[in-house]
Amino acid sequence: MGWLDMAITAGIWALEILAIAVPVALTVAYTTYIERRVIGIMQIRKGCNRVGPFGLLQPLADGLKLFLKETIIPTNANKLLFIAAPVMALVPALVAFAVVPFGETRLFGIWDEAHVMAVAHLNVGLLYVLAIGSLSIYGVLMAGWASNSKYALIGAVRATCQMISYEISMGFALVCVLMLAGSMDLAKIVDAQAGGFWHWYIIPLFPMFLVYFISGCAESNRTPFDLVEGEAEIVAGHIVEYSGMWFATFSLAEYGAMILISLLTCILFLGGWHAPIEALDFIPGTVWLLLKAAFFIFVFIWFRATFPRYRYDQMMRLGWKIFLPWTLGWVAVLGICTYAGELNHSLQFLSDMIGFYQPWRS
Amino acid sequence: MLEAGFFYLFAAMSVIGGMGVVLARNTMHSVMFLIFCFFNTAGLFFLLDAEFLGIILILIYVGAVMVLFMFVIMMLEVNKAKLKEGFLQYLPVGGVIALILLIELIAASSSGVFNTETIAAVGHFGKDVNNTVEIGKVLYTQYLLGFEIAAIILLVALVGAIVLTLRTRKDAKYQNISKQVNVRKEDRLRKVRM
Repeated sequence: MGWLDMAITAGIWALEILAIAVPVALTVAYTTYIERRVIGIMQIRKGCNRVGPFGLLQPLADGLKLFLKETIIPTNANKLLFIAAPVMALVPALVAFAVVPFGETRLFGIWDEAHVMAVAHLNVGLLYVLAIGSLSIYGVLMAGWASNSKYALIGAVRATCQMISYEISMGFALVCVLMLAGSMDLAKIVDAQAGGFWHWYIIPLFPMFLVYFISGCAESNRTPFDLVEGEAEIVAGHIVEYSGMWFATFSLAEYGAMILISLLTCILFLGGWHAPIEALDFIPGTVWLLLKAAFFIFVFIWFRATFPRYRYDQMMRLGWKIFLPWTLGWVAVLGICTYAGELNHSLQFLSDMIGFYQPWRS
Repeated sequence: MLEAGFFYLFAAMSVIGGMGVVLARNTMHSVMFLIFCFFNTAGLFFLLDAEFLGIILILIYVGAVMVLFMFVIMMLEVNKAKLKEGFLQYLPVGGVIALILLIELIAASSSGVFNTETIAAVGHFGKDVNNTVEIGKVLYTQYLLGFEIAAIILLVALVGAIVLTLRTRKDAKYQNISKQVNVRKEDRLRKVRM
């Protein structure tokens, strides 16, 4: 491979990364706008409507304001980690998008076979997302520790406990998806759900869908699980000492994680880029995926406007005493159903039922 | 060539990370070095086409470092004068352990097990060979017993940790959440005719 080829490959990679990162950043900006408008409507007030038509330029104005504000570093903070922490929060949130498949394309008929639209088509994509998702906690932890403030530290400790509690049930919910799809490749998981909404994994895995979405809500520290930054108790938790652009980086990471969870919920449980019925296939798959994801982003905002914050012990109870047994039980149920037919012939109907969703068995 | 370059990059970075863990004065910094070291080791696994192991390394080990953080914050008393105090006292024991490890490593690498001739496939498999599936096949057939024993040991440790820390105090008040959740209007509210 010559230098020119290498340069071309590197250029294509850079373009691919930009093609994901720029829309994500824009979506984050406009999610904040939508959030303020939607919560405004739900609370019977206007929301932001001053800057530009319908307040549409508000995110840009906010960005400009945050950019121009001074970054204050506390005297006794650990400077290096204090500055590194927002970056450590943002990087996993963006890097996780590398494996998300946004659809299949033949590039207007130029390619003979359909290619998956993802920066990296890993065959352990699901594990990758789980691993990278658990890394986002380090930004919060470092911010909490480096700020040298007790509120920030308490926020960081809370974030850790929350992450450990909910990551386990999230992982088991994903194991259920694996048992049906028989692959950790996100594109193959979507393909296993092809052929109409009755093939979607939300039907056999409805409880797991709930567990995954709620755990995702807890992992991205959204209301009602935002105890990490509960302003009534610990002011703003790990972001108490941050201002200006570094503060904005944290919220960028939070909204990025929210979008990622929405996309993954659609990919894992709602058939990804497949239309609910085949008659609607004329709408491109990517549009379907983004529409479904947009709905879940709306649900995140809806949650925020509806639910009060959990008490800490309630949150721990939900994670350990409800979700964990529930997901473990569902793993067992799926496993038994899959092989029930081989144990006893009269139970064959169970295997057939679950086999409908398991393309790897036929 | 590119692969060798990446190998040296990851290997050098993981050695630097490992040195950083031991040499950093600040325990938080050494924890960060540990994460860095794990990442580069995961990179080495990726170079060997062992993407499952690489991701699992990040998921489990880097995830567990989170608990180390808590340990540092809650338990360790960071006292620099004290840190240096025991250096000479522990030097002989530590030195002997380091020496034994060095000899073992040299013996293992020169034993011939890791020769390119004895390793079945030095090159890369095609894209159709799925690492995760292959590991699963071997793990649940040939090495099932070892796997189960490891699982039971982990379970015992889990139960042990809970037994050691769980104690119900008689004099403390606890909230019964299911009772709180199940409360009805009739239980709390009484209409009084005035």
